[in-house]
This record gives sequence, C-alpha cells and structure tokens, in this order.
Amino acid sequence: MPSQPRVLQVLNILSACLLLVAFGMVLFYAPIERVMGAVQKVFYFHVATAWVGMLGFIAAAMTGIAYLRTQNPKWDIVEVAAVEISLVFFFIAIVLGSIWARPAWGTWWTWEPRLTTAAILEMIYVAYLLLRQGIEEPDRRARFSAIYTLVGGLSIPVTFLSIRLFRTIHPVIFGSGLGEKMSMTTPMYVTMFSNIAVFSIIFSTLFWHRIRLGRLAEKVEQLKLKFMP
Amino acid sequence: MARLQNIDRRQLSIVHRPLAGFLKAVAAIAWKDLVAELHSRELISAMLVFALLVILIFNFALELDVKARATISSGVLWVTFAFAGTLGLNRSMAVEKDRGCLDGLLLAPVDRAAIYFGKMISNLAFMLIVEAIVLPVYSVLYNTKLFNPGLVGVILLGSIGYVVVGTLLSAMAIQTRTRDILLPILLFPVVLPIIVAAVKASSGFLQGLEMAEMMPQIRLLVFYDVIFIAVSFMLFDYVVEE
Repeated sequence: MPSQPRVLQVLNILSACLLLVAFGMVLFYAPIERVMGAVQKVFYFHVATAWVGMLGFIAAAMTGIAYLRTQNPKWDIVEVAAVEISLVFFFIAIVLGSIWARPAWGTWWTWEPRLTTAAILEMIYVAYLLLRQGIEEPDRRARFSAIYTLVGGLSIPVTFLSIRLFRTIHPVIFGSGLGEKMSMTTPMYVTMFSNIAVFSIIFSTLFWHRIRLGRLAEKVEQLKLKFMP
Repeated sequence: MARLQNIDRRQLSIVHRPLAGFLKAVAAIAWKDLVAELHSRELISAMLVFALLVILIFNFALELDVKARATISSGVLWVTFAFAGTLGLNRSMAVEKDRGCLDGLLLAPVDRAAIYFGKMISNLAFMLIVEAIVLPVYSVLYNTKLFNPGLVGVILLGSIGYVVVGTLLSAMAIQTRTRDILLPILLFPVVLPIIVAAVKASSGFLQGLEMAEMMPQIRLLVFYDVIFIAVSFMLFDYVVEE
C-alpha cells in the first residue's frame, strides 16, 4: 500500500494542532455572550461543522454530475468520500445544536423548519448509503448514486426556501428574518471564521484519507475478480 | 420515387415532426398502462384497499374528534396518499421490469424521456383515481366537508410532485437487491417538502383561511414540481441505460 504523501502527513499534524487552537480560541479568546451565557460557545463549532458539512454535500452533488458526464469511476470514489464525511460532520452539527438548544430553548429538539430540514438532509444521505448497499455492479452503483446525490442535493435549496416561508425561532445572523438577531463583537467574528477555516482543513484531511481508502477498496475488488472468479 | 411510395405516410410525418412522435409515444405508453390496469385492476384495488386500511388505523391511532378533524384531516390524508402512492409506484415499475416490458420499451425507437413521461402520467392517473375515491370515503366516515376546490388543487399539485420524483426513483429501486423496501427510503426524504407544503396548504383550505395565507405553500409546490419534472426526465436516461 503506497504510504501517505508528504502533504497528507503534514495535514494530519496540522489538523490535530489547529483543532486544539480552535478549542483554545473558543474557550479563552471569545467573550461570553451577553444574553445566552457560556453555552453560546457551542455555536462556533456548530456553525463550523454545519457549514463545512453543507459544502461537502454540494461537492458530492457536483462530483455526481462529473461522474454522469465522464463515466470515470474516480468521481464515484470522491463522491462517496464527500457524502460519508459530510454525513458525520453534519450529524455533529445537529448534536451540538441540540446541546445548545436545551438551555436556550428548554428543549433538545423542536420541529421548526431549519432543524427539520437538517434532519431531512441527514436522512437523504443515509438513504444514499443504503442505496449503494443494495447494488452489486460498480457501474450501476456509481450511476445511481450520482443520480441520487443530484436529486437529493436539489432538495437542499427547496428546503432552504422553506425557512423563508415559515416562521422560525432559529437565531439568524445574516439576512433579515423573524428570528432573534445575535449581536456579535469582533472577537466573536474572528473566532467563528477561524473555526470554519479549521474545520475545513480537518474535513480536507479526512476527505483525503477516505479517498485513499476508496481507491484501496477498488484495488481489492479488482484483485478479487482476478483470483476468485 | 418508387421506394418513397412504400413508406407509410404516418411514419414520414413522425420523422419530420419529432414533437408529434414524442407525444404519440408518451400517450401510447400511458394508454398501455391504463388499459392493462382496466383489465386487471390489481394496482388500483391494492392501493385503494391499503389507503382505506390506513385511514381505519388512523381512527384508532389519533383522536379524530370534531375539533381536531379540521387540522388533522389533511395530515391523515397525505400520509395515506404517500404510503398508497409508494405501493402503486413499486408495482407499476416492478411489473414493467419483471415482464420484460422495460427492455422492450428501451429497444423501441422512442426517446427515453417519452418512456419517463408515459410512466409518470399513468402513475399520476392511478394516484389521482385512488385519491378521488378516498376523499369522499373519508368525508363520509369522519363527517368532514372535503369538497373544496382549493384542496383538490393542492392534492393535484402535490401528487404531481410526488409521482414525478417517484417514477424516477422507482425505476432505480427496482434494479437493486432491496427493491420494494428501498423506494420509500429513497423517496420520502426527497418528497418531504411536498408533504410539508401540501399538508399546510390543505389544512389552510379546510379551515377556510384566506387564499393569500396559502400562497407561499402553493408557490413552493409549483416550484418543486417544475424543478423536479425538469431534473427527473433529464436523469431518467441514466437510470435505464445498460
């Protein structure tokens, strides 16, 4: 098995260090928010993981299109990696959101639009994995997966639209809405954006590892076909 | 010149007017399904019985007293339609695949999109027929007035969206190992915006609210329908190619 490229080894260490830095920033650098208190700090990781997860899902849809156009199996490997990693990141975002919600809203979960659409999104990509499980031939599996990322991914903007249509109690930072606005000071903005950057790097590292794993699995499949007919 | 006379004039007209050929193919496929259903009546009877049983179960599952009915009816109806619709979609595609009809259709010189639209129209017809029967039965059983043109419009829009995505996904699902179980798993998350908007709009109409209140939901339904008709018929090619 080819050893990890230099860049990846560096990324491994960088990701681990940056994660610690991000923790440090959130705990010590960012001020305590006036209204919500210390629990608000969960928000930095929540936004970072949610944002990165969302980008990962969009990347999955784009690699789906790339596969359908080129029929090149490497896009399929990238697509699975994107979906799997994003699934975990987005789930972390949902759990962190629940942790924030309990003291802030008094409940772990509420069926307001944004959370509901987050749950739907998770279900779509879990369904994606189940779809892949049910197909043996690699070519058909890749094709159907690509189609489902497109169809599932297109419901993302539709569900975002539903946030505008229905009333929401989810805090809104950018843009107008009926939600409560959080006032943010500069250190908070700095913390938020650096967290997003850190989690993007962590995502890229895990993504790269998953792609390597996918390539290795493909090699194993080919060897199996050669020696075990 | 002599050779030209042997060609059937109708075939020539299809070659020179592709849209007419396309529509003819769509109509032929939809008609085939409807006529087959007329003879056997297996799809609609299964969907109908299932829908009525679901309504029966809801009678015991939910407290459908007079006050709750206006708000809950739309939810009960849409859950019923969603589950019965899954049945119909599954059977409709499975029959095509198992009897080799799908292969035959793919060999025919028709646009793949025509196959998609034909199946979509017949699936929509089955779903609408079942809904048309379930609505009066529900209103009789629960003494609720359901003869509301707004409600009918919402059910139409919602069914279109449901069937549009359902036809594409059922074509995928029947080619997998897990077949029947997979379609609801694939379909429901994607079609949830329709259910959400349709239930809200339906209950709005049943409660007699102002049209303006339901407009956002209706707009969402139309938007969803338009987008997914476009996406689905473009992707159908990739689903059925060998």
